Amino acid sequence: MSDMSEMAQGAAVSLEDVSVTFGSHRVVKDVTLGLARNRVTALVGPSGCGKTTILRAVNRLHDDTGGKVTGRITVGDLDVYARDTHPELVRSRVGMVFQRPNPFPTMSIFDNVVAGLRLNGVRTKALLAEAAEAALHHAALWDLVKDRLHSPAIRLSGGQQQRLCIARALAIEPEVLLMDEPCSALDPIATAKIEELITRLSSDVTIGLVTHNMFQATRVSHYTAFFLLGEDRATGELIEYGPTEEIFDTPNDPRTKAYVSGKVG
Amino acid sequence: MSTPVVPGAPGGSGAHLDVGAERRRRLIRATSARSLARRHLAGRVAVALCMVAVAISLAPLVALVAYTTSRGIHALSADFFTQSVPAGSPGSGISNAIVGSLIIVGLSAVMAVPVGIVTALFLLERRGRIAGTVRFAADVLTGVPSIAIGIFAYAVVVEPFAHFSALAGSFALAVLMLPIIIRSSESAMRAVPRAEWEAGLALGIRRGRVVRSIVLRGALPGLVTGNLLAVARAVGETAPLLFTAIGSQLFNLNPGQPTAAMPLVIYADGTSPFPADQQTAWGAAFVLLAFVLILSIGARIVAGRLNRQAG
Repeated sequence: MSDMSEMAQGAAVSLEDVSVTFGSHRVVKDVTLGLARNRVTALVGPSGCGKTTILRAVNRLHDDTGGKVTGRITVGDLDVYARDTHPELVRSRVGMVFQRPNPFPTMSIFDNVVAGLRLNGVRTKALLAEAAEAALHHAALWDLVKDRLHSPAIRLSGGQQQRLCIARALAIEPEVLLMDEPCSALDPIATAKIEELITRLSSDVTIGLVTHNMFQATRVSHYTAFFLLGEDRATGELIEYGPTEEIFDTPNDPRTKAYVSGKVG
Repeated sequence: MSTPVVPGAPGGSGAHLDVGAERRRRLIRATSARSLARRHLAGRVAVALCMVAVAISLAPLVALVAYTTSRGIHALSADFFTQSVPAGSPGSGISNAIVGSLIIVGLSAVMAVPVGIVTALFLLERRGRIAGTVRFAADVLTGVPSIAIGIFAYAVVVEPFAHFSALAGSFALAVLMLPIIIRSSESAMRAVPRAEWEAGLALGIRRGRVVRSIVLRGALPGLVTGNLLAVARAVGETAPLLFTAIGSQLFNLNPGQPTAAMPLVIYADGTSPFPADQQTAWGAAFVLLAFVLILSIGARIVAGRLNRQAG
């Protein structure tokens, strides 16, 4: 199977035996998974089975939430949890888009897009302007906002704000983009635009996408990882992982089959 | 719903990729990598400064507790808590002041807590000019010097009857506590999500019942904390009592009579030239400090327990 070999070789992000624990509660355990380079990998499964927790482990967001990550995660040649790896370095290579659009409310559209660059030390005006334009083009927002770059970001609609957040993440040129249910707060039209964007972006950037929407997974992802609570009903596990078509059409595990066919969940 | 076609070679340039992208990407990466070390150093310095600031703000508190303890703990004895004999005589104690403080503060809580909570409910329910005025008045009242409250209480409840009393002291402390109770109760109740109100109303439950069973219940931990902290604040106030409860050498349970209180003992004995009096003052200061500490910790424990019950 060519797909499977591509999956194994071209992993831009790889997780080996990753578990995340909050206090005494192990939220998700023993996840071994690769995000194929310049492909979209969807993380699907019911609520509370650790999809988002795993996604946030990739750019060390648990450093600030008290979650303890064990196992090994690499982004390219970078060992994410190595002792001498700065979380800031990881995050400048791994962008994140959240469930609800969260533009900085006190900043203009332009300032939002270049926030990551400015605060990472880029001062050259020309470079900032060029990067902002490119990122807004990538996020399919340029034509809409080019005449009001300096108006407040919160005047944009919800879907536009989310695209602005995508532009903001893209502006620092990450190689990986994590998206945590980026459409769950949006209406179907805005959702369609974001999905179109995801498909287009995947030729340049590796995308990990958490979604509750099965149809969204089939529409935009190349690979799908299916999570479920384990037998203890408390800890999430990765049940099955493969090309999206196979997960949805010919899953190996009966639990996957029951879930994707809508019999449970 | 078919899977999207997997594009060709990884990294293949999409049509929207501009020519300068690779150069820009390199430039950005290099700049941010260069600045990372500097930013890390700046981060370390900032954390160190934070720790210094924390140490500076903790130092007075620690010093105060340590000093009061070291000076006051020698005064403690069984007699100190059970006798009301003035300092200097053998077997002296401040039981009259301890009981007096409890009576005065207890009565002031009885006066201020119900009024404060109901006022907070009013502020929660009503928008508009009256609510705004009340809220502003409460804020102003928070800033009124306690000595002004004392002289006001003197004018209103002592002078007309020509009689100092614990009750007058309670009135003064109630005035002092009221704004604190109003504002803390209001914010505790505001923290109950609107959705829970509406869920109650949508079940056809009467408004008053929703307030009692959902809003007040949800806000209970915050209400308990806020009110106990108001009490802790009031128990140490001296100025309002100087004009009202005035103090007494006698053990007294009648709120209509002049009554001793711990802050008054500290004030009177602390400024005395006699070492025995000063010893009593430090002992009273230590007891008062311990009382406030226990009240504050108790407030947290009770709130935590209530929160767990709710969860």
